[in-house]
Amino acid sequence: MGEEEPRIGVFICHCGVNIGGVVNVPEVVKYAKTLPNVAHAEDNIYTCSEAGLASIKEAIKKRKLNRVIVASCTPRTHEPLFRSACSEAKLNHYLFEMANIREQCSWVHAHQLEKATKKAKDIVRMAVARATWLEPQEEPELEIKDNALVIGGGISGMTAALTLADQGFKVYLVEKEPELGGNLRRLHKLYPTMQDTLEILEPTIKAVSANKKIETLVSTTVSDVKGYVGNFKVTLAKNGEKREIEIGTIIVACGAMNYTPPKGLYQYGVYPNVVTQLEMDELLRNGKIEKPPERVIMIQCVGARKGEIRAVDLTGFPKSDTARLLAKILKAKREEGWPYCSKICCMNAIKNAILIKEKFPETDVIILYGDVRVYKEYEDFYSEARENQVKFVKHIEEVTPEITQEPEGKLTVTAYDALSGLEMKLPCDWVVLSTPLIPRKEEVILARMLKIPISQDGFLMEAHLKLRPVDTQMDGIFLAGAASGPKDVPESIISAKAAAARASILMANKKMRTEALTSFVDEEQCIGCGLCEEICSYGAHYLEDAKSHTIAALCRGCGACAAECPRRAITMQHFTDAQILAQVKAALTEEV
Amino acid sequence: MAEKTVLIIGGGVSGIQASLDLASRGYKVYLVEKSPSIGGRMAQLDKTFPTLDCSMCILAPKMIDCSHHANVQLLTYSEVKRVKGSRGNFLVTVLRKPRFVDETKCTGCGICADHCPVEVPNEFDEQLGMRKAIYMPFPQAVPRSMTVDKANCIECGLCQKMCQAGAVDLKQEPKEVELNVGAVIVSIGFDLFDPTQIPTYGYGRYRNLITSLELERLLCASGPTGGHLIRPSDGKIPRKIAFIQCVGSRDRRFGTTYCSSICCKYSVKDAVLIREHEPNTMVTIFYIDLRAFGKGFQEFVNRAKSEYGVRFVRSSPGEIMEDPVTKNLAIWYEDTVAGRIESTEFDLVVLCPALVPRADARELAKVLGAEVDSYGFFKAADILTNPVDTTVPGIFACGYCLGPKTGDIPDSIMQGSATAARVAEVLERV
Repeated sequence: MGEEEPRIGVFICHCGVNIGGVVNVPEVVKYAKTLPNVAHAEDNIYTCSEAGLASIKEAIKKRKLNRVIVASCTPRTHEPLFRSACSEAKLNHYLFEMANIREQCSWVHAHQLEKATKKAKDIVRMAVARATWLEPQEEPELEIKDNALVIGGGISGMTAALTLADQGFKVYLVEKEPELGGNLRRLHKLYPTMQDTLEILEPTIKAVSANKKIETLVSTTVSDVKGYVGNFKVTLAKNGEKREIEIGTIIVACGAMNYTPPKGLYQYGVYPNVVTQLEMDELLRNGKIEKPPERVIMIQCVGARKGEIRAVDLTGFPKSDTARLLAKILKAKREEGWPYCSKICCMNAIKNAILIKEKFPETDVIILYGDVRVYKEYEDFYSEARENQVKFVKHIEEVTPEITQEPEGKLTVTAYDALSGLEMKLPCDWVVLSTPLIPRKEEVILARMLKIPISQDGFLMEAHLKLRPVDTQMDGIFLAGAASGPKDVPESIISAKAAAARASILMANKKMRTEALTSFVDEEQCIGCGLCEEICSYGAHYLEDAKSHTIAALCRGCGACAAECPRRAITMQHFTDAQILAQVKAALTEEV
Repeated sequence: MAEKTVLIIGGGVSGIQASLDLASRGYKVYLVEKSPSIGGRMAQLDKTFPTLDCSMCILAPKMIDCSHHANVQLLTYSEVKRVKGSRGNFLVTVLRKPRFVDETKCTGCGICADHCPVEVPNEFDEQLGMRKAIYMPFPQAVPRSMTVDKANCIECGLCQKMCQAGAVDLKQEPKEVELNVGAVIVSIGFDLFDPTQIPTYGYGRYRNLITSLELERLLCASGPTGGHLIRPSDGKIPRKIAFIQCVGSRDRRFGTTYCSSICCKYSVKDAVLIREHEPNTMVTIFYIDLRAFGKGFQEFVNRAKSEYGVRFVRSSPGEIMEDPVTKNLAIWYEDTVAGRIESTEFDLVVLCPALVPRADARELAKVLGAEVDSYGFFKAADILTNPVDTTVPGIFACGYCLGPKTGDIPDSIMQGSATAARVAEVLERV
């Protein structure tokens, strides 16, 4: 095709009145016919209709078109449709070009009819200039191995492994600890059903060990990851022994860990009866609280919602106390901690409060909170706690409660009631700190090996926070459970199943087509400086024999390497310098 | 081939996700949607929290993927009437309501609607804008086909005359189709609590008292006001806006004792959007507990306070009174932190109603033989370990029809994918 004279067909869409009501479409058609290499131009009421698509296919055949341009709306929504029409008429779909004269013209210039028509001509002229230089491209097909690696043997990792194994895929389940179970091992009971954690954990572990498709590797870590979607080469390490496996997809279920306050914060580590909520779980589970306490005080958001300086909003505070409180608040030392809300701590505190009340009905349990974030149906769980006489007190969060020890070993918590503004001195036997789930330290190393970015909150980052919550920016790598942020058990299970669903698509199809829009190195020009390898965020470039090479499957087509290359040895396929320069030149040329 | 075929009921974002995941995995998917277009609630939203992505811009490509996918067959404007059989082999009867337009011929050019003489309020715009009796609910509708609303059509025949594609067929009859599928996924979403049930608020009586979904349409660039934030009574830009949380949520009077999970978050988002639209407009949010959980959200609230000056008052207001002349609304409330009862006047008040089960959820549950919980949401087989299975083997559920355990869009999407995994797990074993 490269040698052939370009014969461009231009299809200009009225889009009902969307474009036709503003742009003089017949005039643009007439203009398009005068442009170099344009062999055919026509207008359609709706180019995307069956009739419109049929006329593209017909024109490709009858007018021997070897380039097609549709001037209409956005490629985001309609390019696939027009590309497939070209393919059906045996025209390589990379020889299709779209000119957006709706969003970028008629919609924004709805009241400037003449100027809009002129701009539509400019846009079409630019598209024609670029189309002249288009070349056919092939989308390479990749083989996908139909086995998976799940990193992390907590409830999320085990669920993901079982979900995949049940569909017939071989799974390697890697856990760094000597046994499966993760965080749930330390928990006593689960809200809101109050089931014993073991009731859920044990059957799951049994199912994993009984499943022949799952190879469980405990006391094992991932020490290296190479390759790309469908063809990862992963090195696993166990007691210094290394083993390499080849797998198709990876699910990261490395979980999160409970934040332990630094010694001295809320007197944690100073007084033995100041514990974290997770430690309280363990104490309750092991029956370590034998003597009925007179009072237990739980403090929410210890180390959570703290990393940033929160705005001190005094609008609501009682006028009489404001001045006194403001002085105190401004003096208050900023607590160490994490900026986000960990989401599960309110429910966890309520759960332990109910458990304490069940065991010791006479014990006074007070929860000091900023907001009670018991979302979902957990509201009913919160009501249950209040019916059980658990007391909830909104305190002024900006002032860190002070904890002092009385001579006989009791503690006193000093805090401010947000509703009355008054100081409260509350003697108690236990202070329980609700601390957030935070990212694991290993996560950073994993993220680097897997080339997944980390979000601002320190957890692994999704491909899109809203629309692709279990995908990562790396094809073939997915996120399950608390690796991407705090989650409770049902949320972890749902995300694990979702990650398994996404991974199974690749493995069930056994192959995938990758984008043709990748970087291409001209070895003649390449001086092997390695700048491209350095700048590539995806590890798509490597040097061999002093020349750069591209791993097409890893390349995302961002073009950073092409911009960086001092010898212009790198070309972005489908976005070549010639194509872009022709388009720029056309933009700067006046209408002819 | 029932084993490799799935019925999905409800074309919102979770149903779309389940459809795409299963179709890409090689399953044949029938996606049944009651209304003329897929897209669901997410299509009605202006922007999504906390990233402030334009909702339609990120949803539309997924809707289009669905309609282009060789393995997905869309059955819009259709309802599931009967379901027989069991896991691996369900026999489903779907009623295809007549849209009086041939979907295969219609290009959605809208010329018919230009000529239609009948104007009625548009449900998609929460009745704030108008549509014709022949209409497309919103410009990005999938399928791109018009629908005749026969209840309001005067049968003048103009649409038929104007249609260049010959797509209008006013004699179309309802049709029943039988489908044989291996599994069923329910994703019918939610309705809003009807705020007229709280007479002291006066919703329906006061023009400047709107719901949060109405506000979404007012903020949306493709909405009835072209994205201009104006108040309904006089078209003026409101300078003082209040949001009231927990309208029906966490309320024993109506049996809706749960937290709807999303209202605090979208209100903060809306407040920020309002401040960006109209920097001189003050926004106050009346809340009980500010439930800003979830990724990136606490940080977003911090910004709303410090950068955007959004004011938060801890209170569940008691009464709203309208000034008969200015149509401004005075909110009576107890500021529980300050310990005072106060009254403040606002130009526009936004109610954040509870999310409740769809009106027809119980009926559909009956058709499917599935149980609903005490609120009327679809009941999960086990809320801890089996959260997307219904009580009927082979029938799964995702999205808000499972109740507020679905927090938001990513939760709905994860559940959509999770049901896809469950279907594959169950059917690959058959």
